[in-house]
Amino acid sequence: MKTLFTLSLLATGLLATSAFAGDAVKGKATFVGKGCWQCHGYEGQGGSAGPRLANTQLPEDAVISFVHNTNGIMPPFSEKLISDAELSDIYAYLQSRPKPADPKTIPLLNLK
Amino acid sequence: MTEPRNGSGTDRRRFLKGAALAGAAPAIAATTSVTQAQVAAPRHIPSALPPNAHQIAAETHAPGPIENRIGGKPGSDFMVDVLKTLDIKYTPSNCASSFRALHESIINYGENKAPEYLSCMHEESGVGMAHGYFKITGKPLMTMVHGTVGLQHATMGIYNAWCDRVPVIIIGGNDLDAAARPPGVPTFHAAQDINTIVRDYTKWDDMPTSLQAFAQSMVRGYKIAMTPPYGPVAISLDAGLQQEPIGAHNSGLYIPKFTMPSPPSGEMGAVKDAAKMLLAAENPVIVADRAARTPNGIRLLVELAELLQAQVVDQGGRMNFPNTHYLARGAAVAAQADVILGLELSDFWAVVNSYTDNGEHGIGYNSAKAKAGVKLISISSVELLTKANYQDFQRFQSVDISMPADAEATLPALIEAVKSQMTSERRAQNDQRAEKAKKAFADIRARETAAAAVAWDASPISTARLCMELYNQIKDEDWSLVASEGNVSNWPNRLWKMEKHHHWLGRSGGYGVGYGAPASVGAALANRDLGRFSVSIQSDGDLMFAPGVLWTAAKHKIPLLSVMHNNRAWHQEVMHVQRMASFRNRPSNYGNDAGPIGTMIQNPDIEYHKLAESMGWWAKGPIKDPAQLGPAIKEAMAVVKSGQPALLNVWTQPR
Repeated sequence: MKTLFTLSLLATGLLATSAFAGDAVKGKATFVGKGCWQCHGYEGQGGSAGPRLANTQLPEDAVISFVHNTNGIMPPFSEKLISDAELSDIYAYLQSRPKPADPKTIPLLNLK
Repeated sequence: MTEPRNGSGTDRRRFLKGAALAGAAPAIAATTSVTQAQVAAPRHIPSALPPNAHQIAAETHAPGPIENRIGGKPGSDFMVDVLKTLDIKYTPSNCASSFRALHESIINYGENKAPEYLSCMHEESGVGMAHGYFKITGKPLMTMVHGTVGLQHATMGIYNAWCDRVPVIIIGGNDLDAAARPPGVPTFHAAQDINTIVRDYTKWDDMPTSLQAFAQSMVRGYKIAMTPPYGPVAISLDAGLQQEPIGAHNSGLYIPKFTMPSPPSGEMGAVKDAAKMLLAAENPVIVADRAARTPNGIRLLVELAELLQAQVVDQGGRMNFPNTHYLARGAAVAAQADVILGLELSDFWAVVNSYTDNGEHGIGYNSAKAKAGVKLISISSVELLTKANYQDFQRFQSVDISMPADAEATLPALIEAVKSQMTSERRAQNDQRAEKAKKAFADIRARETAAAAVAWDASPISTARLCMELYNQIKDEDWSLVASEGNVSNWPNRLWKMEKHHHWLGRSGGYGVGYGAPASVGAALANRDLGRFSVSIQSDGDLMFAPGVLWTAAKHKIPLLSVMHNNRAWHQEVMHVQRMASFRNRPSNYGNDAGPIGTMIQNPDIEYHKLAESMGWWAKGPIKDPAQLGPAIKEAMAVVKSGQPALLNVWTQPR
């Protein structure tokens, strides 16, 4: 229910991206220590096993809710396994990732 | 008490030998009577013996065949005669006593040509090499395996070949005669029905008990393996049959002529119905898995797709469709289709349904992902060959038109049926559909490159960076990606220009880990003979199942550039165990590693470059800095072009 509520807020644009309350340094350690890297990559870049999380446009609250409640491809991580505060740190870490370069400026992504 | 080997009894080999002697009765009888007369005569030693018949013949006739201890041409020499008619170029095998006679005949009587013996460290490597070789050449190899234990080693590779519809000819040695074979080890390695352990995942097997039966069995086996759906066959050879002389009872031996079978094509009524259904569709989608058996299959599929302006999902069992074509799409487009044409799909159910591993009580749930009312057409030769035990046939999916037939062989008729039923109104829609499809394709490509740019400079190196650094170096060669195991988020298929049949060879088939390394070497062997550059993306877990195949590549001078996707884990299992812990609401125990205990390959890290070097490869690593990767690949390529294999140990992101 919480997820549905969050998603509906997202759809109507009522949730704005909050200021990042978390600690990016701690967030990196938690991202690795709790196994998030396994599907999303050490940089949160995503891949065939999980979507990109680095610089996510999703609001922090939506991410925290999703992690606790998902019944999609990703297994849920309860508050016992990862707290809201730890997820805030992870969120800060993901937002701290350098923005990717414009692919047009990377020669190897423009091979003829 | 041990029975004397020359005692009376029902020894089959003695019986065969007896039969052979009986067949040669007149000559032997004469010899026997002379011998008896000599024995009976008084002892007399002349100063000079008159020449005997043999000496006279040696001085006055052309030299005859060199005599040997077994008294004639060995049965295994005849076996080599049979093999040569089938033009089997190599036999990658691990040597063993149960086929020692055939081994000896191949390298000596057969002069180690067609087949040429290739030394392998493991039977699984021999099968894997044959698997990869076929995907380049379209021709099967033969691999010899030892009795019970060799066949047991080979089984995973055979299962992969079965699931991947690849013909491999497995020749097993077996010493059948319990009274005559050596006791101890050879008896541990013998069985009365040795092929039973592979019968569920071979197309056919046999255990011929005469040389004539062998000739028939070998040609029959080759033919069965090469009739779509292709698949492995196993022929077990009795050690005695290989070792004993051909004998007079086999004087009428002949080798049956092999004729390449034509593949089964779809029934014309069904073909016309399929064409009608496809032409009536607003959004037809073609999904292909192992459709293009040959390069011509790609051309046919492009022709059909353009005729219909149908989007094509290449599932990658083979290189079916150029990824540069504007109609190439990912799997998601099937959800919008009103008609789906499935070509040689191993799992049609999963095209129109999904399974999510996240249901109540940790059990997954199913859901439909195709539109309601979608019409399904299947053309699949695998429906002609379904066995009961192993579940490679996947879930049952009802379809509207079912053609148990070879897709590539059916495509010409389907194309003609589409052309003949195409109305001018329908043809007029194609330009508009094409324009829309080209725009969508350009958007997809832009999204792919944007995704590849994320974490471009990361260390460990991103899989996108790994793949593009590699492609940058090989793109101007006649390259062949001979294996890509371990999952690099499919970047080669997303970003490289894949247009030729040898650009992508598909995967293992049965997802038995350990396929990548030997299949790479086998495919590289075939590419070597064609003057083509071979490259593999080699995962760490896959390599360690049977790394001895690296030595085989060096030994036989098979050039291959192996760039490792070393994520230091059996990564699929990392996620599985983590998932279980999450379902059970408890933290996962990582021990001293970065992932669940038992799933990581670290502490210590394996120095794959040293492993490869120890077996005769040029190697370098570990490479962790993305800036160092391009130069290292360039250096390795120069080595490969000189004829050597080269390996780069690259530390990568997980996927």
